[in-house]
Amino acid sequence: MDNAVKKDLQITALKVRMGIIEGVHSAKSGHPGGSLSCTDILTYLYFKHMNIDPKNPKMENRDRFVLSKGHAAPALYSVLANRGYFDVELLKTLRKPDSILQGHPDMKHIPGVDMSSGSLGQGISAAVGMALSAKHFGDDFKVYTVLGDGEIEEGQVWEAAMFAANKGLSNLTAFVDYNNLQIDGTIEEVNSAMPIDKKFEAFNWHVIVINGHDFDEIENALKEAETIDKPVAIVAKTVKGKGVSFMENQVGWHGSAPNDEQYEQAMSELNAQLAELQ
Amino acid sequence: MSEVRKVATRVSYGNALAELGAKRDDFVVLDADLAAATQTGMFKKAFPERFYDCGIAEQNMVGIAAGIAATGKKVICSSFAMFAAGRAYEQVRNSIGYPHLNVIIGATHAGISVGEDGATHQCCEDIALMRTIPGMTIINPADETEAKMAVEAALDHDGPVYMRFGRLAVPVIFGDDYKFEIGKGVELKEGSDVTIIATGLMVDEAMQAHELLKAEGISARIINMHTIKPLDKDIVLKAAKETGAIVTAEEHSVIGGLGSAVAEALAEEYPVPVVKLGVYDRFGYSGPAPKLLDEFGLRAVNIVEKAKKAISMKK
Repeated sequence: MDNAVKKDLQITALKVRMGIIEGVHSAKSGHPGGSLSCTDILTYLYFKHMNIDPKNPKMENRDRFVLSKGHAAPALYSVLANRGYFDVELLKTLRKPDSILQGHPDMKHIPGVDMSSGSLGQGISAAVGMALSAKHFGDDFKVYTVLGDGEIEEGQVWEAAMFAANKGLSNLTAFVDYNNLQIDGTIEEVNSAMPIDKKFEAFNWHVIVINGHDFDEIENALKEAETIDKPVAIVAKTVKGKGVSFMENQVGWHGSAPNDEQYEQAMSELNAQLAELQ
Repeated sequence: MSEVRKVATRVSYGNALAELGAKRDDFVVLDADLAAATQTGMFKKAFPERFYDCGIAEQNMVGIAAGIAATGKKVICSSFAMFAAGRAYEQVRNSIGYPHLNVIIGATHAGISVGEDGATHQCCEDIALMRTIPGMTIINPADETEAKMAVEAALDHDGPVYMRFGRLAVPVIFGDDYKFEIGKGVELKEGSDVTIIATGLMVDEAMQAHELLKAEGISARIINMHTIKPLDKDIVLKAAKETGAIVTAEEHSVIGGLGSAVAEALAEEYPVPVVKLGVYDRFGYSGPAPKLLDEFGLRAVNIVEKAKKAISMKK
């Protein structure tokens, strides 16, 4: 990837991270850890990869995205806002009664949200349905989804995986945000879904393992996915809380909001990283 | 009188899909390894390229249906009522109900008339479950004519529709001139002493009860409530005002079904005695369907008994 392009993406991702912190701080609740871990994946998809139009969110043949790990809504909202679907200022209304920005993605009210999600395991089935619809009705759009590594403990994920491979849904790409933490502890401690790559392989998916914070690797994986004649799982190794030092790899930041002091620290860290890039 | 033709509404459903499939190609059909039983197999045979078997994975099937609908396309997914409404309840609520997607859930083998398969498959709770989902439309056809009309109407309906079909062959009671409209109850017999509001296979029993009551000098109004949600409150209120007593009849639990819907509506707007006939908070068991309907008291004679009780409670 061209260095200038990469730098632009890194700058955008930092702005997205700031939007996440802004939203979750303002809401005094939400899920910063898993939002920050999937930020670079979402940033790449929405700013570099998907065929979309923020001015026409319902564009007929647009690529679809389903945030199967719906609790990372702050990341999706921040990406959508920064991409121009709605005002970035709106992020401060996250989870408030008169806001469109529901605690989990709501396709009926939020421009750019292709599917409501939040109950784990259900998003990937919807993504599979979208991919099936495209194949059946002769549309050439592609479908992307992001699963949590804890989420794949849900049996429905594997029902969906089995079906997608059986029906040869090569227009479907699923990222697994492999940050190795879920609410009750590490993935291994709670109910190990390891090895994730081997499981998807066993379900007849093509699997690519990458560093989910490296834009070159994200780009290469997505390019590779386009050449594969079956559904593709991109197992993205990530850091929960990525970008904010005190949140990184801390399970406690799965579902809690920063207080004012922590908010200031997080924003100043992100601003410092931004200044360094600019 | 010639022998009455009997057809299970699941068969009518399968026929309706195959007939509609010949008329239009704007929908796909999903099933979860029960095509031979739900009768979506008829559609599968006629249009194999428009049918997708999801295997024994109802939760995923419901999610796939939601995804197809989210792309603006029409979709029907089928399983037994137990698995469509029961096992996949949360998927129906969150993936279809919450985004208010145009998915038809074709649920067959509802109620105790499943028969020999017994309690694990005799779903008498599906209407109750589906009623709790905001924006869900629930249709429980009484016969072949109504089932076919209902499927076509559901395909062009805006929002999710849960359709309930039975395994047992039931009399065809409506002719081609029958008018079906989602959300509009149908008065089948006039009456002034009591109103029997029935749904599904209990509609035919209610028609028989009308005759039995007439022989005893009791004038019973009969209403076919094919749509349980949204409930046709107008026809219910009119019946309450004009006849002063209501009996509901359904092959479903008396908790949360048609009887509850009618009683709730009347309690808030025009209280009159409401006597509910249905399955009384119990599981079913194996046996021939007709025998089970006798044993569970889901017959015309039972409706007659409830009608008399309702009349006796009038002030």
